[in-house]
Amino acid sequence: MSAVLDTHGQAHEHGHHDQHGGYGGVMRWITTTNHKDIGTMYLWFSFIMFIVGGVMALVIRSELFTPGLQIVNPEFFNQLTTMHGLVMIFGAIMPAFVGFANWLIPMQIGAPDMAFARMNNWSFWLLPFAASLLMISFFTPGGAPGVGWTMYAPLTVQQGMGMDFTIFAVHLLGMSSIMGSINIITTILNMRAPGMTLMKMPMFCWTWLITAYLLVAVMPVLAGAVTMTLTDRHFGTSFFNAAGGGDPVLYQHIFWFFGHPEVYIIALPAFGVISQVIPAFSRKPLFGYASMVYATSAIAILSFIVWAHHMYTTGMPVTGQLFFMYATTLIAIPTGVKVFNWVATMWKGSLSFETPMLFAIGFLLMFTLGGFSGLILSLVPIDIQLQDTYYVVAHFHYVMVAAALFSAFAGIYFWLPKWTGKMYDETLGKWHFWLSTIFFNMIFFVQHFLGLAGMPRRVPDYPLQFETWNRISTVGAFGFGLTQLLFLYIVVKTIRSGEKAPDKPWEGADSLEWTHLPSPAPYHSFETPPVLK
Amino acid sequence: MAQTATTNPRQHYFVPQPMPWPIMGSIALFCMATGAVFVFNSHHGGWISIALGFMILLYMLFRWFGAVIGESEAGKYGKWEDVSFRWGMSWFIFSEVMFFAGFFGALFYTRVLSVPDLASLESQALLWPNFTAHWPSAGPAFSEKFSPMAAWGLPAVNTLLLLSSGVTVTIAHWALKENKRAMLSLFLFFTVALGVAFLAFQATEYGHAYSELNLKLSTGVYGSTFFMLTGFHGFHVTLGAIMLSVILVRCLLGHFKPDHHFAFEAVAWYWHFVDVVWLGLFIFVYWL
Ligand SMILES: [Cu+2]
Repeated sequence: MSAVLDTHGQAHEHGHHDQHGGYGGVMRWITTTNHKDIGTMYLWFSFIMFIVGGVMALVIRSELFTPGLQIVNPEFFNQLTTMHGLVMIFGAIMPAFVGFANWLIPMQIGAPDMAFARMNNWSFWLLPFAASLLMISFFTPGGAPGVGWTMYAPLTVQQGMGMDFTIFAVHLLGMSSIMGSINIITTILNMRAPGMTLMKMPMFCWTWLITAYLLVAVMPVLAGAVTMTLTDRHFGTSFFNAAGGGDPVLYQHIFWFFGHPEVYIIALPAFGVISQVIPAFSRKPLFGYASMVYATSAIAILSFIVWAHHMYTTGMPVTGQLFFMYATTLIAIPTGVKVFNWVATMWKGSLSFETPMLFAIGFLLMFTLGGFSGLILSLVPIDIQLQDTYYVVAHFHYVMVAAALFSAFAGIYFWLPKWTGKMYDETLGKWHFWLSTIFFNMIFFVQHFLGLAGMPRRVPDYPLQFETWNRISTVGAFGFGLTQLLFLYIVVKTIRSGEKAPDKPWEGADSLEWTHLPSPAPYHSFETPPVLK
Repeated sequence: MAQTATTNPRQHYFVPQPMPWPIMGSIALFCMATGAVFVFNSHHGGWISIALGFMILLYMLFRWFGAVIGESEAGKYGKWEDVSFRWGMSWFIFSEVMFFAGFFGALFYTRVLSVPDLASLESQALLWPNFTAHWPSAGPAFSEKFSPMAAWGLPAVNTLLLLSSGVTVTIAHWALKENKRAMLSLFLFFTVALGVAFLAFQATEYGHAYSELNLKLSTGVYGSTFFMLTGFHGFHVTLGAIMLSVILVRCLLGHFKPDHHFAFEAVAWYWHFVDVVWLGLFIFVYWL
């Protein structure tokens, strides 16, 4: 074993069983190079940001409970919609899936840790500082930027110093994502146990490999876009200024070159989680594994040539509209392959409906709905009617919440026994699922009607005829928010007093973390690669 | 067990101990970002925060890279770790390529779409009747005269300098593999010198642009794309030259072996990347 212990450098002299490598208390978490510690921090951080962004959403929904201006002034309302979007996307959803990646990828491919353990620590520890920069912007003169999370020019040029804080926050978030992604790609390409070929990897690893590639490709472009905004604001450049020969629409092109792949950056890891959960509770291998890999790659490639479907109303030539419309509708094919494969996995399976499976099925139904409304929005003539209405809000929340968030819940219930060694409360888990699903649809299903009737988004007031649906939506939002406190309670209860979990609580689960490791997974796993059949 | 470890290089992977440098880097960047916002918005104390953050960053980089160099020289990195470093550096360079791609995209968009569009019949009828599309352009509302940067003066010399520095670094690499240490250090020194000469000429060119050509960062979209693209490139050359100098010092200290010198190669890759970006700049910003 001495060869193995050497991997810990000098520390093994004062004891390999000192799990925290020399630091205790808070310093353990600040200095850790362990993928499980870092994964845990990512997950808790994302939950905190989820609550922060959720409170902002509740203020927004409270204002929209009734026509007229009640609680907040329009400027602050705009700041809330902006920050809600940024916090949820960059603070909650993306870090949640990076947390999953940290916990699971090394265990699923039989690696001792991530390839760059120290850089992994930095990827995480940039996030709290980036989030602080975002939050500081609320307290600057003029407040946080009220420009929408997309940060369109020329509005961004006219904001106060909160905009600059936000720009630097985006830079730090981008650095974090790029370093995290390089780490994930390198881990998957170089750290697999002998015999773990790429086409034998669990689907979750595949989706993250492709997600990480997308991140490395587009985060620098976002950094460029906000840098141009910064220099337009302070150094007299004219990138987005028509008087100087630039174009505000140029910002939109650069932003959405990042923004559309970003949708898949969020969705692909969610697909990966679902591709682990559904086979486990169907007690069948994933149907069409290879086609799943190809479909994921096809989505990633297509995602680079569809960005202008967010810009149909900017005065684009018809040929441009047609190209981006056809390219966008093409994405329905690989996405359809995925949905088909998940359904076919369940077909004639020996199904059981524990909480992870419930969330996975909820994902499947509601993601399909969000996919269909996306298909509708990809069609130029319809999109011109629906642009910037609540129909769009409903569409992307079906993708972001019902797909990404629900799959994160599915994954947390699925792997919590492996992470903590304890079982969650199945009854409470089911309550969490049903309440979340009912309240979610209460919030967002009705927003389709609002959008079709013409209610514009990002406006704190509305005409009287929209009141009924808005009230239902607001009540749903509070129900959904409170339900997430139940989720927090379930997780804390599991950690503190859950029943001991078996090494493999799910009959149909077959990846390495279930078959080769005890529950909870030991602090260091696979220091020597596992032997694979 | 020890024997299997030596016969199979993939038996164990170096997982480093916990260390405080990453969070120190975050604190440094936080100070620098906050300081920069203060400076941009004319508040007091910004420069102090930037300086403080920068010093923390330097200290952190010094300690972190120091630790890595120590581990490398202590022989903790084998073939398996080496492959990780190669993937890591390749993807990092890819992300840098995409950063420049964003700015090149802005340049092409402006030249092909936005400037011609501003001279279209619609714009002429409604906004700027006298504006005609041409490149370089500072846009319809820019009234001062300026001259664009000519390609065949200093920029052409700079192209030669950078291309030859690519050759010298390759010769240095060859010398390292042949274990010709004197030649290695000499050619690495030439590479750094060529990089520094490039930067000096670039600074001269900027001075020329500001004082004689009336070409500034605020000279419409031509000035914006010209200075941002060449500026970010110059910044990357500076970083590359600093990294090459570190490698040169390490060579003089006797680091690296003919079969174990990834840090050298990583910096050489970076240098070639900077070189290729310059070729793109020379063609699309200066020449065409
Ligand atoms: Cu899109």
